[in-house]
Amino acid sequence: MIRYAFNRLLTTIPVLWIAITICFFVLRMAPGGPFDGERPLPEAVKANLAAHYNFDKPLIEQYFIYISDVVRGDLGPSFTTLDFTVSEQIAIGLPYTLILGGAAFFVSILLGVAAGVYGALNRDTYSDHVLAALILTGLVVPNFLVAPIFQLVFGLQLEWFPVGGWGDGSLRYLILPVAVLSLPHIARISRLTRGSMIEALNTNFIRTAHSKGLSDRAIVWRHALRPALMPVISYLGPAAGFLLTGSLVVESIFGIPGIGRYFINAALNRDYGMVLGTVVFYMVLIMLLNLIVDIFYAWLDPRVRTR
Amino acid sequence: MRKKLSLYLLVLSLATLCFGQLNAATLNIHNGGDPSSLDPHKLSGDWENRIAGDIFEGLVTEDIGAEAIPGQAESWTISDDGLVYTFKLRDGISWTDGKPVTAGDFEFALKRLMDPAAAAKYAYLQYPIKNAEAINGGKIKDLNELGVKAIDDKTLEITLEKPTPYFIGALTHYTAYPLPKHVLEAKGDDWVKIDNIVTNGPYKPTEWIPGSHVTTVKNDKYYAADQLAIDSAKFFVLEDETAALKRYRAGEFDILTDFPTDQYEWIKKNLPGQAQVAPFAGLYYYVVNNTKPPFDNADVRKALSMSINREVIGPQILGTGELPAYSWVPPGMANYSEPAYVSWKDLPYGEKVAEAKKLLSAAGYSKDKPLKLQLRYNTNENHKRIAVAIAAMWKPLGVEVELYNTETKVHYDEITKGILEVARAGWLADYNDADNFLNLLKSDVNYNYGRFKNADYDALIDKGNATTDKDERAKLFRQAEQLALDESAAMPIYYYLARNIVSPKVKGYENNAFDIHRTRWMSKED
Repeated sequence: MIRYAFNRLLTTIPVLWIAITICFFVLRMAPGGPFDGERPLPEAVKANLAAHYNFDKPLIEQYFIYISDVVRGDLGPSFTTLDFTVSEQIAIGLPYTLILGGAAFFVSILLGVAAGVYGALNRDTYSDHVLAALILTGLVVPNFLVAPIFQLVFGLQLEWFPVGGWGDGSLRYLILPVAVLSLPHIARISRLTRGSMIEALNTNFIRTAHSKGLSDRAIVWRHALRPALMPVISYLGPAAGFLLTGSLVVESIFGIPGIGRYFINAALNRDYGMVLGTVVFYMVLIMLLNLIVDIFYAWLDPRVRTR
Repeated sequence: MRKKLSLYLLVLSLATLCFGQLNAATLNIHNGGDPSSLDPHKLSGDWENRIAGDIFEGLVTEDIGAEAIPGQAESWTISDDGLVYTFKLRDGISWTDGKPVTAGDFEFALKRLMDPAAAAKYAYLQYPIKNAEAINGGKIKDLNELGVKAIDDKTLEITLEKPTPYFIGALTHYTAYPLPKHVLEAKGDDWVKIDNIVTNGPYKPTEWIPGSHVTTVKNDKYYAADQLAIDSAKFFVLEDETAALKRYRAGEFDILTDFPTDQYEWIKKNLPGQAQVAPFAGLYYYVVNNTKPPFDNADVRKALSMSINREVIGPQILGTGELPAYSWVPPGMANYSEPAYVSWKDLPYGEKVAEAKKLLSAAGYSKDKPLKLQLRYNTNENHKRIAVAIAAMWKPLGVEVELYNTETKVHYDEITKGILEVARAGWLADYNDADNFLNLLKSDVNYNYGRFKNADYDALIDKGNATTDKDERAKLFRQAEQLALDESAAMPIYYYLARNIVSPKVKGYENNAFDIHRTRWMSKED
């Protein structure tokens, strides 16, 4: 198992290198640079800036400088927030994103699976339909719409929670953004769970369990849920990747200092270092998460293990 | 006696209970974006200036109305030829670490500003200083050639390239702040890290969480510390203005430094007296490619400019009532009285359109042979609205407009290279002088996007800048402005407005043309 994981990690290195290389050159091909803006700079100042950041060197040399820095774990300077390097900015923002994304991740699993199981067990009843309608709403209404509505209703009118900000990091600041972040995932997980749960409940081994005289509760929780969760698990990899890299919308509406906003803003600002930094970070994260999911699979499904 | 004492203590503790809140007044400011740095040499935006101007102070500083008043310098003299400024520093000024602020700190800072190795973005703002431009451009290698000299700890002498009537105003700018030489020498580039930074302004930075906020607290060593009513200011990062407005309504912010224009009516009705909309020294304009046919024909440019109905743009398209611009320099700039205006300013709109049609048909364009042009703007809801409206205003003239929008970086990259037919641009004054706007049309600058090239215009500006007589200078400048307007070098559209929302709890906030409101002058009631 460890050998398997190690080999998988090794194969990620060339993938990472190719991605960085493509990204590096594509970025430079895009018109506009980090120092273009509303207020054009005199040529002398531009030249000073270019020299400061090695932009005056041939592109291929810049590329090698960058790659050798990355190998040493240095993601280089950021051109928009100069007082912090790219690595520092990711390190500062990551805890916020992790707390927010982690909370949303668990809330999504908990509520999503619960709603899915409930739906499967009460198939085609009135409450199943109501739940399905609610879930569908959560799925189709985009978070840039949900977030302001939640702020308006729960922050401004009911005054239950702060409208935005991180404050002291206490729970009341977290509830609204976590709710907005997890809604679509709750919806998807519950649909997945409901579908595969229904399928699992119709399999032969469940019928056998019934005939053995096991209680309904034991059947559902011990026997049906495990296989029913397989599709959910494969969804969780990308979902975790999505949640743990933060959300531009949620962070920028609630004013939370996570890393989600870097993904878009860095590209718009032509903050080359930051774009590459986020690409490296995101790729490593996704690869790790996929690996974890695969390992989890093996643990959950005996068929995978014996293969 | 004991009874008296305990009574006294009781009153004292009650007073602390009641006024404790008041004593720890925190001002929560919605500041838009993240600052790029706390290093004054690395800044370029107004949101950065708000923080920098609270934590540092130059020789001169801004008063409540953004006029220059003595800051770290208590007084100065100017030589008769207008070239040598001698500043006398105030007694008892010190850095937050207790070291005195000396003339040497100013000399050090200005030399660093011009040092090409420091790559200061905004260095050109202090180019009036002798040899500054040459040093910054690498033509002079010796930093000691810069016209700045600390005569002693308390006396600083600055020599200029040529008389510059706005120089004192330019010294309020963050490029002219002193830097703690001892800290920079000890810590190098890390001097600016929040744990190392040492400042000399009314406040000092204590916390910076990128993407969230910068916190500053009162600097007890500041010479006027006893007059500061605000103990701490928080500058919040939040680019979503609608969300910011909600947080303001919930009491989480005291000041919003911008607001969504489409909600202006709602704000006026529901938050009466809180929206502060005031003229701002800035111009929103369109440039025309003066070198590309048919736009090299002044009549074509004039027709396009004339047929823009500027009166409806502020009140109806933007909704915040921006004033129509018929001059190149916004009214009210220092060292300049009334600006020059386009000759057709007061014609009724119908006549302007008729005249424009005539000019275009003389240039060979009509409904059957339409003038096709591409109108570029950077992606933004307001720019789009204006572009669509102006395209509609040009349509009756038989002008077919292709709207072309790109993100800001691409937009400016391309128009700086002269890739444009008609393009949107804007300028906010760096310093309070007409010269700042007139420079936009000089033939040797890269931000003359339309490549307007007129030797007489350049000569008038240069001549104006060479004279020490302020009235003569203003006269020459006005001639230049009139010339550019007569040639329809570019199309002024409206003068910017500063948009803020200020809580009724906040006192000491005054609208001004530079939209600079230092925390130093403000107070907050509970």
